[in-house]
Amino acid sequence: MYVAVKGGENAILNSHELLATARRGDAGIPEITPLQIREQLRLAVARVMSEGSLYDEDLAALALKQAAGDQIEAIFLLRAYRTTLPRFGYSVPVDTSRMALQRRISAAFKDLPGGQVLGPTYDYTQRLLDFSLVEMQPAPIPPLAAEPLPDSMPRVTDLLGHEGLMEAELPAHGDPAPADLSREPLSFPADRATRLQNLARGDEGFLLAMGYSTQRGYANSHPFAGEIRMGDVALEIIPEELGFAVCIGEITLTECQMINQFAGSRTVPPQFTRGYGLAFGEAERKAMAMALVDRSLRASELGEEMKSPAQQQEFVLSHSDNVEASGFVQHLKLPHYVDFQSELELLRKMRAKRAKVGAGETALEETV
Amino acid sequence: MSSQRTQTGYNFAYLDEQTKRMIRRALLKAVAIPGYQVPFGSREMPLPYGWGTGGIQVTASILGRDDVLKVIDQGSDDTTNAVNIRRFFERTAGVATTERTEDATIIQTRHRIPEKPLSEDQIMVYQVPLPEPMGRLEPQEVVTRKLHALADYGLMHVKLYEDIARYGHIASTYDYPVLVNGRYLMAPSPIPKFDNPKLHMSPALQLFGAGREKRVYAIPPYTRVESLDFEDHPFSVQRWDDPCALCGATDSFLDEVVLDDAGGRMFVCSDSDYCKTRQAAGHTGSQSPVPATQEEAA
Repeated sequence: MYVAVKGGENAILNSHELLATARRGDAGIPEITPLQIREQLRLAVARVMSEGSLYDEDLAALALKQAAGDQIEAIFLLRAYRTTLPRFGYSVPVDTSRMALQRRISAAFKDLPGGQVLGPTYDYTQRLLDFSLVEMQPAPIPPLAAEPLPDSMPRVTDLLGHEGLMEAELPAHGDPAPADLSREPLSFPADRATRLQNLARGDEGFLLAMGYSTQRGYANSHPFAGEIRMGDVALEIIPEELGFAVCIGEITLTECQMINQFAGSRTVPPQFTRGYGLAFGEAERKAMAMALVDRSLRASELGEEMKSPAQQQEFVLSHSDNVEASGFVQHLKLPHYVDFQSELELLRKMRAKRAKVGAGETALEETV
Repeated sequence: MSSQRTQTGYNFAYLDEQTKRMIRRALLKAVAIPGYQVPFGSREMPLPYGWGTGGIQVTASILGRDDVLKVIDQGSDDTTNAVNIRRFFERTAGVATTERTEDATIIQTRHRIPEKPLSEDQIMVYQVPLPEPMGRLEPQEVVTRKLHALADYGLMHVKLYEDIARYGHIASTYDYPVLVNGRYLMAPSPIPKFDNPKLHMSPALQLFGAGREKRVYAIPPYTRVESLDFEDHPFSVQRWDDPCALCGATDSFLDEVVLDDAGGRMFVCSDSDYCKTRQAAGHTGSQSPVPATQEEAA
């Protein structure tokens, strides 16, 4: 006999208990702390902060612990928390030329003022599993440079700018206040500031694939990594009652300026154009991919032929957000039996009709 | 509405009052222009996108302390997502909830409209995955927005015509497109077309929320809602050969329940409250649990 499905509430509560047990794993092994995650899984923390649009290493580490290491779930947790926070104001635009650098490289010039600084990078590690890490190791002692890095280093794009070879990066006409995508809906066509905001929150994997596609002929890009820099910048606000800037802390950023060819147009001489990427923490792959996609999304503005996915802003911007994408893809787990029943009924009707028509005249085409 | 906090540390019904006001403003615009999709600053909710965040935000923004909330998914109060959303409002707003359609002042739904007729003091809140009815035909919003502005719905009519040419009838069974107040083409959300006639001249206010797509729209009470069709191919709804196996209803939307792996199946009301009410009133079907002696096949 049919028994109506009941007890959803109990099942949900029990699944929460099972989840907590699974998260903890073997109880004989010490529990991990958010502090350990913050200090020793800093790249995971950085991604959660970037795509969660909230710079808070401790909360991101907590989210990673709660999500058992699932980055998108952790990003979702951080976003859902962020949305409840009040806005106190806007910071002064950060000045990345005054960044306290940990890393700065340019692929466009052999040497440049300030020099190339490798910093902590996986780039030239040989990817051999290091079995010594299985055991606890004494803390390594970092090497010291012979002299400190200068306080401020000019950006490569600024060096080219002096010659007029690089397009000027000027605020849009009238310097309008940027949209806040977490408060206002995205609308098309979106201006560059809005697009960059969307990409900054966008999924690293998605941007990586999109950026990669522009290198393989889906869009015409000839990018050079003009400069990649990573380090700490001061965050300043101007409180109304004071009227001058006050530093409220420092954040770590990775910035990428891609340099792309541009053949020029009727009004603009041939020059280099830019793609821009910025991410919280150490996130070079994300910043580079973002810069590639930013540049390809400028196709219509620069009068380039538009034929590839990475150039279509509705395509890119509507599908870059992993919290949205993850939710909608996974909503297929929800019951759809009413719709499915409707489709069943239709399919039976169509098959009945087809059977009636007979094998001789199969005028009806195959169903979709 | 006061901003008194519940014990959970969040504002009444989770959203802050400014946000609720913003959503209500968008809803007012939606009511003023029936069927028109109004963009709004959809918030990131603690439930996943695609799981009812639009409906939840609409409900949160109109919910008062005296409201009685009913939440259904696929017509049933007991499906896990309906349970979860109901729990969310019990926790964050502490409002009364019900499973009885006639007792509810707000009914949040996914994929169904209750079988019992609605009244003027009720509000339906629909969860909407894809608000743009022409989205599958033209993915670019810049284009569809223009088509709506020009009331140029040829695209949809051609699609329906092509269905008829190809299959002999219109092949949409749910989220069947409707024209609201003779002006805007609207996606009724993935309700079965069986429910479309209930949209027409409904005494209840009907609000639609799409969280991920950041749109709300509305059908004010007593508004004309026509399902698109052609004179020689009039709109029709699904019918079943069998009545409900539990309450014998012949006028409700039925779900098919597979009983075994040998083709055994039964049909039961998708609206669990409607079925329960009928059973309580003494209606029975072929599988009614009344005898409860033999049939133990399931």
